[in-house]
Amino acid sequence: MTQLVWNGLFVGSFYALVALGYSMVYGIIKLLNFAHGDLYMLGAFVGFAILGAVGGVSPSMALPLLLVVLLATMVVTGLAGVALERIAYRPLRRAPRLSLLITAVGASFALEYGMRAVAGADPQVYPVRLGGTAMEVLGARLTLQQLVLMGVAVVLMIALNLLVTRTREGRAMRAIALDPRTSALMGINVNSVISRTFFVGSALAGAAGVMAGAYYGKIDFMMGFLIGLKAFTAAVIGGIGNIPGTMLGGLLLGLLESFGTYWLGGEWRDVFAFGVLILFLTVRPTGLLGERVTERV
Amino acid sequence: MSTTKVRRLGTDKPPTRASRLMRNKWAGTAGLLIALLAPFVDATPYALSIMTSAAIAVMLAAGLNIVVGYCGLLDLGYVAFFAVGAYTSGVLATRFDLPLLATVPIVIVVTVIAGIIIGAPTLRLRSDYLAIVTLGFGEIIRITANNLDVTGGPSGIYGIPHLVENKVLFYYVTVVVVSLAVLGAARLGRSRLGRAWRFVREDEDAAEAMGVHTYRVKLAAYIAGAVWGGLAGVLFASQLSAISPGSFTFLQSALVLMAVVLGGMGSMPGVVIGAVVISLLPEVLRGLADYRFLLFGILLIIVMLLRPQGLWPARSKEVS
Repeated sequence: MTQLVWNGLFVGSFYALVALGYSMVYGIIKLLNFAHGDLYMLGAFVGFAILGAVGGVSPSMALPLLLVVLLATMVVTGLAGVALERIAYRPLRRAPRLSLLITAVGASFALEYGMRAVAGADPQVYPVRLGGTAMEVLGARLTLQQLVLMGVAVVLMIALNLLVTRTREGRAMRAIALDPRTSALMGINVNSVISRTFFVGSALAGAAGVMAGAYYGKIDFMMGFLIGLKAFTAAVIGGIGNIPGTMLGGLLLGLLESFGTYWLGGEWRDVFAFGVLILFLTVRPTGLLGERVTERV
Repeated sequence: MSTTKVRRLGTDKPPTRASRLMRNKWAGTAGLLIALLAPFVDATPYALSIMTSAAIAVMLAAGLNIVVGYCGLLDLGYVAFFAVGAYTSGVLATRFDLPLLATVPIVIVVTVIAGIIIGAPTLRLRSDYLAIVTLGFGEIIRITANNLDVTGGPSGIYGIPHLVENKVLFYYVTVVVVSLAVLGAARLGRSRLGRAWRFVREDEDAAEAMGVHTYRVKLAAYIAGAVWGGLAGVLFASQLSAISPGSFTFLQSALVLMAVVLGGMGSMPGVVIGAVVISLLPEVLRGLADYRFLLFGILLIIVMLLRPQGLWPARSKEVS
């Protein structure tokens, strides 16, 4: 039982990290960035490439090295997100929503198969794996690496929350989410704030990618597809556009999946998650913490 | 709903010379003639199977065009309905020994139900939710087919009876069915309902204010698309006589979407050309197989940035 809860929380913290980027971008420009899951994949591969370039390290150095790689990867995927927004999304900001969604699908495709062309179709094995010693806590087996990864996820989430709620930058983001035109009139540089939002969201996805690579040990070019869907589900459960809600949604989805897998069997895990998504959209489309938003004409 | 109001939207501008040529009623006939004469040029089993697949792709694209092109709803899991149709007829034909033709009414009923299950909750929300829910739905159908025993698990169903034994004859049957489907979809697009669809696509709030029951209209488009996809699935099952979950991945949905976007959303001739091009291209460009989807992705972005109306647009110029 506690094992299920722990597993759920652990997977859920990954979902939450990826979902945050989704949620931020959606909150600010009402765009579902389909390519977001692929930025997670990109992060995993960038981390892989950096670790490969550094070469072999002793297990004791693995953790500090991984943290450095994590930061470097975040910068790279963040910039990739900014470039994506600049090339594919910004020119279409005034276009019908359908065009933007289709561009996002195209961007997702280009990233996936671009990576396939670069790195090949076969899964790659991560060079660094955190050696974990298992310990028993309240009847659940958990490893040191799980604790560390979860700790990193929590730190990133807290930092993001501080950024959005306490800083000037965060205030600008929230203002644009409410009303981009008035924000522009108030002297906010809307374009650069949107760029920075993409940077932060994509950096988080990249961090999650490196962490997933280091934890699961295997990465491939399609790894972002499913997690993109899951992250969206998490964002919808918590309330898309709402940062604490999204974190909660990620953890909840992780727990739901963990218990769903236990009851129904692993092969139904994804069906269960999407079933939850459809159920939530039917019953409470605004999510647990989201507010009802009236469409402005 | 008053139809004159719809006209005043400005989307039905008088055609220019170029678009009049494209709208020429002979364009469809010419296309049909090419399809009918093709087996006289090359009737090897390989050529026939490619041509039949292309015809089925045209039917899929015509169905998706109703949803994406006419009504402006992004469906990223369209292949789910294709799968539902193929599996329904396949299971019925192999387990209950029904002739394939007799499964068609049941397929229609099942796809309509599937369309309602997915459409009813999501069409009330913003259109982007629909996009991602359909993406999830596509995965649900594929994984379910993979897990259930009745659908044969990962190896799928085999031994599905052919609609007609002769390959050439089956090709002609397919062409006729697909032509009727394309024609039907185009007629639907010109009907009162079709005008309502385009109104919803251009401005949903204005449509609502004018008294269009947008939810019902969108659901109608979604269900129509589902039925088209399901019927295409029956043809697919009959052509291959074996189906497996591997045929119904997100890639397939994306390819159909690509055909619709490339050809021109809402333009039936454009969509038909788009589907033919998308399904024949891999045969022509075998060497580029690894880069095909990368190119498709980039092409999607470029088309949206530079020519959102597609290669063969529905009108000379979209008025936003």
